[in-house]
Amino acid sequence: MVEMVWMIEILQYGFMVNALTAALLSAIACGIVGAYVVVKRIVFISGGIAHASFGGIGLGYFLGIEPVICVIPFSIASALSIGEVSRRRGLSEDAAIGIIWAMGMAIGIMFISLTPGYAPDLFSYLFGNILTVPHSDLLIMLLLDVVIVILVYLFYKEFLAMSFDEEFATVVGVPAHRLYLLLLCLVALTAVVLIRVVGIILVIALLTIPATVSRRFTDVLWKMMVLSTIFSAMFSIIGIYLSYLFDLPSGSTIILVSGVVFLLSLLMPSRHILKY
Amino acid sequence: MKSEVIGLRDVWVYHDGLPVLEDVTISIRSHDFLGIIGPNGGGKTTLLKVMLGLITPERGEVKVLGGDPEGNRRHIGYVPQHSPFDHDFPISVMDVVLTGRAGQRLFGRYSDQDRKLAHDTLKMVDMLPFAKRQIGKLSGGERQRVFIARALVTEPEVLLLDEPTAGIDAHIQTEFYEILKKLKEKMAIVMVSHDLTAISIYVDKIACLNRRLFYHNSKELTSDDLEAAYQCPVEFIAHGLPHRVLKEH
Ligand SMILES: Nc1ncnc2c1ncn2[C@@H]1O[C@H](COP(=O)(O)OP(=O)(O)OP(=O)(O)O)[C@@H](O)[C@H]1O
Ligand SMILES: [Mg+2]
Repeated sequence: MVEMVWMIEILQYGFMVNALTAALLSAIACGIVGAYVVVKRIVFISGGIAHASFGGIGLGYFLGIEPVICVIPFSIASALSIGEVSRRRGLSEDAAIGIIWAMGMAIGIMFISLTPGYAPDLFSYLFGNILTVPHSDLLIMLLLDVVIVILVYLFYKEFLAMSFDEEFATVVGVPAHRLYLLLLCLVALTAVVLIRVVGIILVIALLTIPATVSRRFTDVLWKMMVLSTIFSAMFSIIGIYLSYLFDLPSGSTIILVSGVVFLLSLLMPSRHILKY
Repeated sequence: MKSEVIGLRDVWVYHDGLPVLEDVTISIRSHDFLGIIGPNGGGKTTLLKVMLGLITPERGEVKVLGGDPEGNRRHIGYVPQHSPFDHDFPISVMDVVLTGRAGQRLFGRYSDQDRKLAHDTLKMVDMLPFAKRQIGKLSGGERQRVFIARALVTEPEVLLLDEPTAGIDAHIQTEFYEILKKLKEKMAIVMVSHDLTAISIYVDKIACLNRRLFYHNSKELTSDDLEAAYQCPVEFIAHGLPHRVLKEH
């Protein structure tokens, strides 16, 4: 009852409608792509891509273009370079990720310092502020969701074969390396979707926590995607509610809510979890 | 005339500047059943990967079904020595086998024919009751049978098996070799194995690999070959190898 009253009350504020829409739109991207990130164990790579995309934010400020638009090509470029560089023989993948991670952030800081005046909203790109998501960003998020859903729908069996065993997939004629690069690009797009919600620094949490929690409930990849979309939406909505109620920063509230649920899920012994 | 399915000519492969394969020449023809033996590190896995186009040799020529390996490797069924997969991966036994069909048509779902083939192949390796089981929840031998099914479901013209029976119990091994006997009617088979007894019973031709390939297009190896390959007196290795394999000198 109390919740209903609260819902009706705050839905009268336009910014709350925007925030809840952003929560749902970002849940779709991070539910689907997060499942791949977790099962393919590319968490660190994804963290690198997300952080390197800060370079795009800086470039946006410098050129006077909307940063969220500028960040798309930049994060895709860093995804592709991490994907290519990390496969070089004689180069540790870990080190390659770390280097690109730091380079991207350094480029961003450099551009921002070269930009005359101060950088408005900078803090919200780093730490997210779902309560201030503008309409235009919702449109971009919707568009990126559509791209992600279509690509994963089209290539579901190829992505599954590639994620499970790249070498064997290559042998049977699946272009595994190109699909891997495509997957990293999807991670980049998801990072863009999530920037407004939790910020660049916390993107990795929403890519991993909902998927990790849902992995405990199912052994089927697509069910894992559906479940983690639901979990992610729940975490964001609860986080938004709490941050509104107690005047807390929304991004970190969402992540802490996710972390608490993750810890609770660990308390359930996995043999007692019904897997279907 | 039996046609050549895989041909290697003067192939040299180096890893970190050291030769792993030296001047390897071999021709595998349809319905051949070739066994490859050799010491650890002799280059057996490397040789199979060269045939699959996964390793490009520094020198020499590789032909698969008359074309380059990248283009034609879809017609090769491959059972790797080690599948570097994640035991926690959310995929069922059935879906693992189906990945063997993933390259047939890009986009879209598996066809009913793909599913029927996967079903029949799982039955053949006695793994049908496990079809819905998550891949990590199998024993090593059961998993190996799933990987054999995954290779067969591609309907290959050549089968490359890298120690396929390692860790499989005697009963299933015998069944497996009986399956290979039947498959031989339809395809060429190359099997790397340390099981010299099985090799001497089932295969038609034997090659011994230690950087160089010792092969006479027959089931016979000389003890000079074996001594050169294993770099130890032949008694140490040949006691498992019946006389019909080891040529008298
Ligand atoms: N990725 C690699 N980098 C460097 N050297 C390698 C690599 N892979 C294999 N080698 C070397 O190549 C040689 C041949 O290896 P290969 O795996 O082909 O041997 P093998 O005959 O299959 O051995 P085993 O019986 O142990 O399976 C070995 O000496 C190994 O050290
Ligand atoms: Mg080997």
